[in-house]
Amino acid sequence: MTTDGHTIPNYMAIFWWLLALTVFEIGWAVLPHHSRLVLAGGIVGLAIIKAVLVAMYFMHLKFERRTMGVLFASTLILGMILVSVVIGELRLPRPGYPRGVVNGPSQ
Amino acid sequence: MEHAEAITFDPHAEEDRTSTGIPHDKMGMWIFLCSEVMFFTGLIGSYIVLRYGSTWPDPKLTLNIWLTAGNTFILICSSVTMVKALEWIQRGDLRKMKLFMCLTLLGGSIFLGVQVYEYRHLLHEGFNPHVSLFGSSFYTMTGFHGFHVFCGVVCIAFCTGKAFLGKYTPQHHLGIETLGLYWHFVDLVWILLFAIVYLI
Repeated sequence: MTTDGHTIPNYMAIFWWLLALTVFEIGWAVLPHHSRLVLAGGIVGLAIIKAVLVAMYFMHLKFERRTMGVLFASTLILGMILVSVVIGELRLPRPGYPRGVVNGPSQ
Repeated sequence: MEHAEAITFDPHAEEDRTSTGIPHDKMGMWIFLCSEVMFFTGLIGSYIVLRYGSTWPDPKLTLNIWLTAGNTFILICSSVTMVKALEWIQRGDLRKMKLFMCLTLLGGSIFLGVQVYEYRHLLHEGFNPHVSLFGSSFYTMTGFHGFHVFCGVVCIAFCTGKAFLGKYTPQHHLGIETLGLYWHFVDLVWILLFAIVYLI
C-alpha cells in the first residue's frame, strides 16, 4: 500500500465525512441562491474536499512517498493550466462572434 | 478522521526491490492514473468552456439529481468496501476480504445498472446527445465515466475470482491494491462530475 509502513486509517470515519459532505452538497444545490457564483463556488469547493479525502485516505496519497504526490499533482497543475488558457482564449474578441460565445452568433 | 487503529503492516513484504522503491505494478497504475487525470481534465475543461460560452439550461430541470445522488452514495460505499477488502487481507482475514470484494462488485454493478436506467429514461424523454450542447456534453462525460466503471467492474470480477481461487495472501495482494487505486480514482472522478454536471 505504501512505501513506508504506516497505521491503517479509520476508513469508516472518512466514509461518514464523505456522506455528510454529499448531503450538505445536495442541500446547497437545491436551496435557492441569489448568485450562481455562490452556488457553483460552494458545490465545487465541497466536491474538491471530497476528492481530496478520497485521494489522501482511500488512495493512500497521504502515506505515499512524496514522488507520488508530485507526480499526481503535476498532472493536475498541467490540467489547470490547460483549462485556464482555454478559458482565457474565450475572453478574446473574435471577428464575427460576440465576446465569450463559442457556438456562433446564432445561439 | 485522524483516528487510526494501532495495527501496522509491512508494505515491503511482497515487493521486489525497484529503483524507485515502489512496486512496478503500482507505479504503472499511478502513471496510468496520471494520464487519466489529463483525459478527464480535458473533458471537464471542455465542459466548463462550453458552458461558460453559451446559454445553458438548469440541469436540475432535466436530470434526476435524487436518483444520481443515490447512485453517488452507492459508488462511495463501493470505494469503502474496496479499501476494507484491502485492509482485511492485510490483517490476514481472507474470508472478510472476499466478502468485501463481492460487495464492491455488487456496488459497481448497481451503479452501472442505475446509469443504464437513467439513460433509458432520459432518451425516452427526448433528451439525447443531439438535442443540445448540454445533451452531448452530458452523454460524453457520463458515458466515458460509465465505461471506466464498466472496466473496473470487469477487473473486480476477475480479482474476486482469483481471491476465491486462493491466489491472494496477506503477503501477496498487490493486484487488489492496484485495482483499488483505479477504483478509488473512478469514484473521485464521479464526485467531481456529479457536482459540476448535475448540481451546478
